[in-house]
Amino acid sequence: MNIPVRHATAAAKLAIVDCDIHPAFRKPSDLYPFMAARWREHMTTYGEHLRQGLSGQLQWPRMMAAGLRVDTFPEDGPPGSDLELMRRQHLDANGVEYGMLMQLSKGGMEERNLEFAAALSHAINEWQLETFVKPEPRLRAGIVVPQEDAAFAVKEIEHRAADRSFAQIIISPRSSDPLGHRRYWPIFEAAERCNLPIGLHVQGFSGGHASTSSGWPTYYMEEHYAATTGMQNTVTSLVFEGVFERFPKLKVVLIEGGFAWAPALCWRMDKHWERMRSETPHVTRPPSEYIREHVWFTTQPIEEPENPQHLAEVIEWIGWDRLMFSTDYPHWDFDHPQHTFKFAMTDAQKSKVFRDNARALYNLP
Amino acid sequence: MKRQVVARAGDVPPGQCKLVTVAGREIGVFNIGGQYFALANRCPHEGGPLCQGRIGPLVTSDGPGTYRLDRNREFLRCPWHGWEFDIRTGQSWCDPKSTRARQFQVTVEPGEKLVKGPYVAETFPVSVEEEYVVVEV
Amino acid sequence: MKVPLKGAIDCDLHPAMPSAVALLPYLDEYWRDQLVDRHIDRYPFTLTSYPPNSPLSARPDWRQPTGAPAGDLDAIRRQALEPFGSSIAICNVLHGAVALFNEDMAMALCSAVNDWTAKELLDREPRLRASILVPLHNTELAVAEIERVAKDRRFVQILLFAMNDMLLGRRVYWPIYAAAEKHGLAIGIHAGSTYRHAPMASGWPAHRVEDYIAQSAAFESQLLSFLAEGVFQKFTSLRLVLIESGFTWLPNLLWRTSKGWRGMRPETPWIDRSPAEIIREHVRVTLQPVDAPKGDAKTLMQALEHIGSDRMLLFSTDYPHWQFDGDDVLPDGLPADLVKRILIDNPKETYPRLREGAQIGDNAATQKEAVR
Repeated sequence: MNIPVRHATAAAKLAIVDCDIHPAFRKPSDLYPFMAARWREHMTTYGEHLRQGLSGQLQWPRMMAAGLRVDTFPEDGPPGSDLELMRRQHLDANGVEYGMLMQLSKGGMEERNLEFAAALSHAINEWQLETFVKPEPRLRAGIVVPQEDAAFAVKEIEHRAADRSFAQIIISPRSSDPLGHRRYWPIFEAAERCNLPIGLHVQGFSGGHASTSSGWPTYYMEEHYAATTGMQNTVTSLVFEGVFERFPKLKVVLIEGGFAWAPALCWRMDKHWERMRSETPHVTRPPSEYIREHVWFTTQPIEEPENPQHLAEVIEWIGWDRLMFSTDYPHWDFDHPQHTFKFAMTDAQKSKVFRDNARALYNLP
Repeated sequence: MKRQVVARAGDVPPGQCKLVTVAGREIGVFNIGGQYFALANRCPHEGGPLCQGRIGPLVTSDGPGTYRLDRNREFLRCPWHGWEFDIRTGQSWCDPKSTRARQFQVTVEPGEKLVKGPYVAETFPVSVEEEYVVVEV
Repeated sequence: MKVPLKGAIDCDLHPAMPSAVALLPYLDEYWRDQLVDRHIDRYPFTLTSYPPNSPLSARPDWRQPTGAPAGDLDAIRRQALEPFGSSIAICNVLHGAVALFNEDMAMALCSAVNDWTAKELLDREPRLRASILVPLHNTELAVAEIERVAKDRRFVQILLFAMNDMLLGRRVYWPIYAAAEKHGLAIGIHAGSTYRHAPMASGWPAHRVEDYIAQSAAFESQLLSFLAEGVFQKFTSLRLVLIESGFTWLPNLLWRTSKGWRGMRPETPWIDRSPAEIIREHVRVTLQPVDAPKGDAKTLMQALEHIGSDRMLLFSTDYPHWQFDGDDVLPDGLPADLVKRILIDNPKETYPRLREGAQIGDNAATQKEAVR
């Protein structure tokens, strides 16, 4: 496993696109300037209303330092809240030409009160702009919208779509119904019309269902893994409900959900689609074809097989044009651009994964 | 091989680490029960700042639902992915044969020996009355 | 590819389940009375997971003009055993009693199914073996049934479903694994659901094909539960068999869990070696369905290489489910020695009881009758 330096793929001189960076508030009240008084009041008095037993705390505590890299804590505030530190230690140090922001909490995706969710969504999008994107031109925000309120989500998407500060639409893959369900289609319609990808980042908060089909896992190790089974479920739903048939230009990015599961799922979907074809006549092509055309995957957390070449074989199956590098800064399972891939890559492969695929998908200048 | 004085012995309290730079490399010097060990501040996994990680006893178990801290074994947890390294040997717990942190020879020498040379002490003043930690790179 | 040699061990055969009426003689008088009076005996106990007319549920040439597919022992012999030269086949009777909420009723019916299986299948066809069906509502009842039926050495496995109330590695189920280990029975998790939870982490998909595809993710969750909870540390000789699960998802799981273990180990410190090692030692997977591109031997061999073990695959037909056509039960391109491992060696090595000779007349139903 101690791979000699000459085999490790270096992205040292290459400017990269990091498709998963997590900003953070110094304190929750950072959102207040972007909310009406009524909602500030609501937030202080009632707070968020989520589908879990503990308030403001995850029920599978993370490992060291609450799941954050110990070296990313600024003087004041949590990791990801200090733009200066983020610039110095990550954007500058790692040659990040563009970084996609993933603001996961307090954006309303998991909020049960849909009126409040709308206020949060609007506020989080303003906050991203003011706090990170305007001062730092390398960063791009995501239009965070509550997928359970499709009507509001479409309005917010349309409101932001022309602003190039936003690179994609962010909704939760842990939705209250599988995402292929018709009631989410207005969101896909807006995404396709506005030519913005849908970014599905692994979500820690449930939309109302257990993380697995046999209930809730016991240990963090299992919950961490459930991110990948959840992504598989979501992809299956999008394919078989015919989302990609109905929205032929729709683009979907799966973020932090792994990717090495994709070929096996595609083979499985293809085999059983063919057998049960009469159930889903609207799915006119093998599922793997839709995945090849519509779905992208970010790389972190990278898989580490005993034989690194095996991962290269998996990527061959997926396609070198479908993978986009991500670090997940400042989380603990961060992937360093120079040490992520333990097998030799060609220059063309490096360019695609570390930069060009993301530049093309997100329409970066 | 260069031997360089990096600290006074008292600068590294027991159970702690001092980060030093030797010949351009960042190295963590550890004091485990009065013995000194030195590891490169670079995790062999993805290059994280290994020596900034938590030093602590090894977590072991006698079976599901049981948890013990083995205070005889001091381990370093990388602050990135949490991989655990035996400070004494540099070996990772999970993969001792093929994953290890780079180790350096470290000794404690009396000041009067050091001032006679040939130890490199360019950046560190040495007095004959004290003891000093010396790392070989 | 056809089976090239004789003596295969088919690790997943689905004889049609008995009708409720056929189970009446195997129930005590209270349950007979209940079933008849409440018209429960008119219900088919079909699991939602396998709608009878769905293409997956039975291959067209395995359907009969009358009666359920695999409902006739002669048809099983002619269609499932002989074409593949199988010397042994393990019957997994997928009876829906496990989905009932009344734990006593569920147990009484499963117990009747087990006795019916011994008398109507195992007694009449010496090549057949079976799994013990138990509902999971009440571990004590399940263990009592396992202890009872385990006396019949032709039962080689305990059958559980991939989607149920709780993840199967949980400590509450450990008395079942203790009983399994004690009696040399494998634990078999079979595709299917009692639908106590939604089949997906985001809810209820519209289509049956989606529920079926989601089974592989369910198997991943179950396997991880066994691993994380330390079942294999507690029950060191236990074998877990994943049945009708697919297997090409395995490499990703081996890689992801082994990597995750390195950072998350302190929360589950009983995991004393790499998850990949533990899984390769304790876990087996049946062959069908082969979720791999058809006719692409190179890709399949790469996937097997990624799994990193030639011990894990167990031959199965999954008869009468439609997973392959004609007699081409084996995927193309497998090397001869691997074929023999899959057909014979791996199953023998996995199921301790297959290495014994079983006697007809040892069955639990005979003993139950004697007691009555």
